[in-house]
Amino acid sequence: MEKSTVFNNRLLPYLLLLPQLVVTVVFFYWPASQAIWQSFLREDAFGLVSEYVGLENYQALFAQPEYYRSMLTTVVFSTLVAALSLSIALLFATQADKNLKAAPAYKTLMIWPYAVAPAVAGVLWFFMFQPSLGMLARPLRGMGLDWNPLLNENHAMMLVVMASVWKQISYNFLFFLAGLQSIPRSVIEAGAIDGAGPMRRFWTIIFPLLSPTTFFLLVVNVVYVFFDTFGIIDAVTGGGPAGATTTMVYKVYADGRLGGDLGGSAAQSVVLMVIVIALTAIQFRYVERKVQY
Amino acid sequence: MAFRQIGAAAAVSAALALATPAYAVTEIQWWHAMTGGNNDIVNKLAEEFNASQSDYKVVPSYKGSYPDTMNAGIAAFRAGNAPHIMQVFEVGTATMMSATGAIKPVYQLMKDAGEPFDPKAYLPTITGYYSTSKGDMLSFPFNSSSTVMWINKDELKKAGITEIPKTWPEVFDAAKKLKAAGHATCGFSNAWASWVHIEQFSAWHNVPIGTKANGLDGFDTELKFNSPLHVKHLQNLVDLQKDKTYDYGGRTSTNEARFGSGECAIFLTSSGYYATAKGTAKFDFTSAPMPYYPDVAGAPQNSIIGGASLWVMGGKKPDEYKGVAKFFTFLSDTNRQAKLHQESGYLPITKAAYEKSIKDGFYEKNPTLQTPLKELTNKEPTENSRGLRFGNMVQMRDLWSEEIEAALAGKKSAKEALDAAVSRGNAMLRAFEKTAK
Repeated sequence: MEKSTVFNNRLLPYLLLLPQLVVTVVFFYWPASQAIWQSFLREDAFGLVSEYVGLENYQALFAQPEYYRSMLTTVVFSTLVAALSLSIALLFATQADKNLKAAPAYKTLMIWPYAVAPAVAGVLWFFMFQPSLGMLARPLRGMGLDWNPLLNENHAMMLVVMASVWKQISYNFLFFLAGLQSIPRSVIEAGAIDGAGPMRRFWTIIFPLLSPTTFFLLVVNVVYVFFDTFGIIDAVTGGGPAGATTTMVYKVYADGRLGGDLGGSAAQSVVLMVIVIALTAIQFRYVERKVQY
Repeated sequence: MAFRQIGAAAAVSAALALATPAYAVTEIQWWHAMTGGNNDIVNKLAEEFNASQSDYKVVPSYKGSYPDTMNAGIAAFRAGNAPHIMQVFEVGTATMMSATGAIKPVYQLMKDAGEPFDPKAYLPTITGYYSTSKGDMLSFPFNSSSTVMWINKDELKKAGITEIPKTWPEVFDAAKKLKAAGHATCGFSNAWASWVHIEQFSAWHNVPIGTKANGLDGFDTELKFNSPLHVKHLQNLVDLQKDKTYDYGGRTSTNEARFGSGECAIFLTSSGYYATAKGTAKFDFTSAPMPYYPDVAGAPQNSIIGGASLWVMGGKKPDEYKGVAKFFTFLSDTNRQAKLHQESGYLPITKAAYEKSIKDGFYEKNPTLQTPLKELTNKEPTENSRGLRFGNMVQMRDLWSEEIEAALAGKKSAKEALDAAVSRGNAMLRAFEKTAK
């Protein structure tokens, strides 16, 4: 005989949902709709002249070879950043999960970079690897490597990837660590008694049980590389050399903020939004099947 | 401790508020991008002005970098609460100018306020940059600089270079000698790639950056800096980059430290670098005029300015404008200008202040500070050397630098790179023309 409670109030569920809905509308739907509207306008920086131009901004955008190039750059950049920050964070988390004396200190240190503002992180990396003065660039040059992110596209890309990964590892580390700690020890011990070595235990027991965390982080990291990395890129390379590190989101920032081209910039952010929504949908549709909750 | 200071400050300001008489003081908001020692200078100027009269109070506030300040001002204008005075760097000029109604031209402001104002009292190479083709001054020059060549005298001596190089071929030779004498990573370099190698280079050789007097005479300007001379110069840089006889130093000032550290003994950048050089260089240094190609007829012509000017925003009350006008008169005062110039290293904006600095014998002790002035006043400016005014110049500079980088990295030939910079830039100019009414 089960007792079930029935709520007959029609309004209550909506009322309970209201705060969340308000936040979503104010902070997401309203700005997003503004961006969509703006992408059909041509405006000067001061907003004195504003005319409706239909799809002109989009046409101009897709007529630019630089735009396709930034798409390609984004693919390379986001794949590298997401893959590296997830795998390195997982490695660190598994190490911090061991019974070490220094584990608490280790955990604290791992979390710190997350508190650093993107622009500051960018400047830090910029100075460490500045060709002539950087404390890490000098040994590289000393070894006979011509380290020059100012002109060498690959070096510049490495630099922005490193800075973005460094910034994101902390966040991933936290979630992985929490995920690892929620895996019942008895399961792992059973595996150990059956004679599975540490690597085998990891891939057959721990990793599958960690999959919900991994999936969540994958979605979050994709959004991070697509939306949140322009501050780092601006501080490290300014999108250079010769546009080699101009990702789509950096281009949105550069065209809108430095170029004052609000219509073009808005059109780009709409395109970016569509891509990220599509990517997220794909992840939920296809990747989530492999997740074992 | 910080709380105690805030508490004390609050108490003082409360006391002041109670102590001031009931009639209202008109506040003048001044947004700027000056940091460090220059920030102190800004605050001191405001204090002096506020102490000199009792009707107006100038309130300076720092708004971040040049682009940050400009964006903050534009955003504030859109929200209907723009400051009265906004400091905008020289490349923002076209954007500010085209915003009819958003700004109040300075010549108009002075006339309306009945303040004595003679545009001829100012150095034409400075005000020309901020004036219409008719000579009407639109904004008030505040901190101006120009490009100079910084020279590490000790290292030149060590490398056996007895004369400071005057022409580009001489610079290339000196750089080769420096490289052989141990400067393996940098014979010479520069900051502000586009400003130095395109903008200043063109004016200094009296060749156009673009038509319509480099855009000063109209927004329907077209870029012209893919001429054989420009291509030759970029090609020289490309060749020298291969073995670091020239080593690219980036789009902004971030690599200026390479001069102070002694790595690069010849370095082209702003004359405004003076204060930093003085503070960091542990060697004997000086500044020299920019090099030129001796086979170009009429070179060297004159240099153009960098730095920033003060724009007055539109839609304010007449009384507030009167205050702004009085403040500009105050800034133009000869003694004050001379002092400002001698303290900050920025250029004096009035002829009288320049003459006074000469009379005071200031340049005998500080010849480095006269170099940019000599460059600017080298010859009567031509259509190609009054200045430049291109829409979206902030981003345009990045675009030009991108193409310079592509050439230096060997991705494009010098000609291809400059052609691309011109055609991409022209597309940007046409887009700007559509919004600039």
